[in-house]
Amino acid sequence: MKINSPYAQTMGFGTERDSDGRLILTMAYDNTKRGRPNFLHGGAIAGMLETIAYLTIAERLGDDDRPMIKPISVTVTFLRGGRDKMTYARATIERLGRRIVNIEATAWQDDPDTPIASAQMNVMLDRG
Amino acid sequence: MFNPADQKFDPHMLITMMSKNGHNALIGVEYHAHGDDWCELRLPYNAQLASDATTGIMASGPILTMMDMVTSMSIWLRAGKFQPQATLDLRVDYLRPATPGNTIIGHGECYALTRSIAFIRGFAHDGDPDRPLAHVAGTYMFTAGA
Repeated sequence: MKINSPYAQTMGFGTERDSDGRLILTMAYDNTKRGRPNFLHGGAIAGMLETIAYLTIAERLGDDDRPMIKPISVTVTFLRGGRDKMTYARATIERLGRRIVNIEATAWQDDPDTPIASAQMNVMLDRG
Repeated sequence: MFNPADQKFDPHMLITMMSKNGHNALIGVEYHAHGDDWCELRLPYNAQLASDATTGIMASGPILTMMDMVTSMSIWLRAGKFQPQATLDLRVDYLRPATPGNTIIGHGECYALTRSIAFIRGFAHDGDPDRPLAHVAGTYMFTAGA
């Protein structure tokens, strides 16, 4: 998954850096992200969490190491309803192994300390 | 105006309504089949939803969106009525990538229901139900009166 992948472009994902230089994924609200009236669809939130996980892993690996990054499993916990406003996500690598990466991602709207959802993800690095 | 709360739950009608706008419309999910406590949706292949333009393999995000919707439907079917609910958690096991070009079918079932919580499971396949792409399990909370 790259930021210029068809899915990321269809979703309108963008990236920015926080003051610590960490990669942040952004998604503006519009009707194509809506689930029930005035709320984000859980699938759009989960798509953000998976995407920032892939981007964070790719950044850590660097340009010289480009394995296929394949999802194994993800558990998404929905903490609050996502409202009709800008959404942000970031991910923290918990363990980077040779073949397996364990990573946690969170999404928020107003305050990173008040997340709307989090995801635990296990990913395989396939170097063929 | 159609108010789902007033009617016996009709998934075909609700999905048709829900799939015309919002995020479900963006990914293009459609009604497929349903029973007493299960529902199936289909997601026609769309290259605009691929995780990689070269391979054309569908991203996991749209599959997760469909599984969230189809497992929600199964709860309303088992309960026999529409009631507002929120996803608490959803786990997805990605067994294999979808074959580019194939329509993906999502099957969701509600296997247990309490006054406040619904328990769901489901799977997705792209033509052969014996070769699933993904398995899901999760819980939902009823939000009316919460």
